[in-house]
Amino acid sequence: MKPAPFGYADPTSVDEALEVLTAEGEGAKVLAGGQSLLPLLSMRLAAPTTLVDINRLPGLDRISAGTDGVRVGALVRHAQLLASAEASAVQPLLGRATANVAHPAIRNRGTTVGSIAHADPSGEMTAVLALTDGSVTVATAGGRSVIGWRDFFVGPLETSVHGAAVVLDAFFPALPDRSGTAFAEIARRKGDYAVCGAGVVVTLDEDGRVAAARAAYLSVGLVPEVHDLTEAVVGQSVRDADWTAAGELARGLVDPDGDLHASADYRRLLVATLTARTLADAGVEALARMEAA
Amino acid sequence: MTADLERAISVVINGVPRGATVPVRWLLSDALRHEFGLTGTHVGCEHGVCGSCTVLVDGEPTRSCLVLAVQMDGHDITTVEGLSRPDHQGGQVLHPIQEAFRECHALQCGFCTPGFLTTIAAGLDARDPSVEISDDEVDELVGGNLCRCTGYANIKKACRHAAAQMREGAKVATLAPEDEELAR
Repeated sequence: MKPAPFGYADPTSVDEALEVLTAEGEGAKVLAGGQSLLPLLSMRLAAPTTLVDINRLPGLDRISAGTDGVRVGALVRHAQLLASAEASAVQPLLGRATANVAHPAIRNRGTTVGSIAHADPSGEMTAVLALTDGSVTVATAGGRSVIGWRDFFVGPLETSVHGAAVVLDAFFPALPDRSGTAFAEIARRKGDYAVCGAGVVVTLDEDGRVAAARAAYLSVGLVPEVHDLTEAVVGQSVRDADWTAAGELARGLVDPDGDLHASADYRRLLVATLTARTLADAGVEALARMEAA
Repeated sequence: MTADLERAISVVINGVPRGATVPVRWLLSDALRHEFGLTGTHVGCEHGVCGSCTVLVDGEPTRSCLVLAVQMDGHDITTVEGLSRPDHQGGQVLHPIQEAFRECHALQCGFCTPGFLTTIAAGLDARDPSVEISDDEVDELVGGNLCRCTGYANIKKACRHAAAQMREGAKVATLAPEDEELAR
């Protein structure tokens, strides 16, 4: 349970980081919070030849919340995002999801952008990036580019970014008007990896009837997916919408794998249940926000 | 810039400045135990699940098996050995949670205890002591640590006991001088 030997560099600028990553080649790996990477090293599931620690890069520890959305720098810890009232005011899913990320001691060190770059389909923030239709900014020697979530997530623990590159930030668009969100997960122990989790957004029309309902799941599928459940509840009033029907629709849309924690069927059941439950909460919140506006 | 296999680090551990040259692959838990001789930090699962190696980095609970020692250069670390304070009579004053663990029988074998103590101590120190602690707060305080013999009932009891003791302490501290006279 000790990492295999590796070299260590802690550059102080993005350019310097890209230089080291380029010089060290294939075996180099970026280290941010390390809360997913270090267990992989200790269990020898990964053995990079060089770790490029980006913790000394300046300016990446900031959260900027504007009317269009929330930009989260690569060194923002989960705990920092959870504590940001400004971020949650613009996009409530950020606070709701980070509260479910591991335990406080892990949240103090782990970074939101790092968990997105890690691309674990059981990660909360990968699902939230998808559900909010977010994107990441990636720096390479060739310059900076913005990559939408659909093009970023390729497979479990795999993104479309290869070679010398650093993800600088993630952008989560703001919650639209007349909308509400909810997030819930089922785990063996609070803070552990979710057996299944769901994040949802419900948007109402001007009469307070359901106009759109979307959901993203954790530990279901190989990459984050967003499912449109609108057809099950469209035009219904929030108070007596058939959220169970939306849950059943979702059950048919997902294709989870079974593992030693839960069978595929059990995960489908959890998808249906969590969907109905979270949509109901999100609908009530959307109505409350609409009435407050 | 080149990649190093060894690095010199300077850290402050339990208030004492320490320096060492460490292999960069060393975890903080390795350095604490093998280089600095602080064996109060226990290493359980070594992949972040059990919480027994939790220490405070700049005051915040952190898994010492999930950070590299080399990353701690310039930082302030508190281990379980640093939770108590000198009483200036040659002894030590335990942190309220340490007292509470003794009072409530919150440990048996003691393996997980250092991680619980550091995590809970930081959590209790960070909260407003004048407010009664809720069950949710207690669950959140102990939720990231595994215990396999004492059971959580007594550990949670110790959290509530320590919070109550700190609440009493806060009351005394906020009394006006004349009230303090009366309180005696």
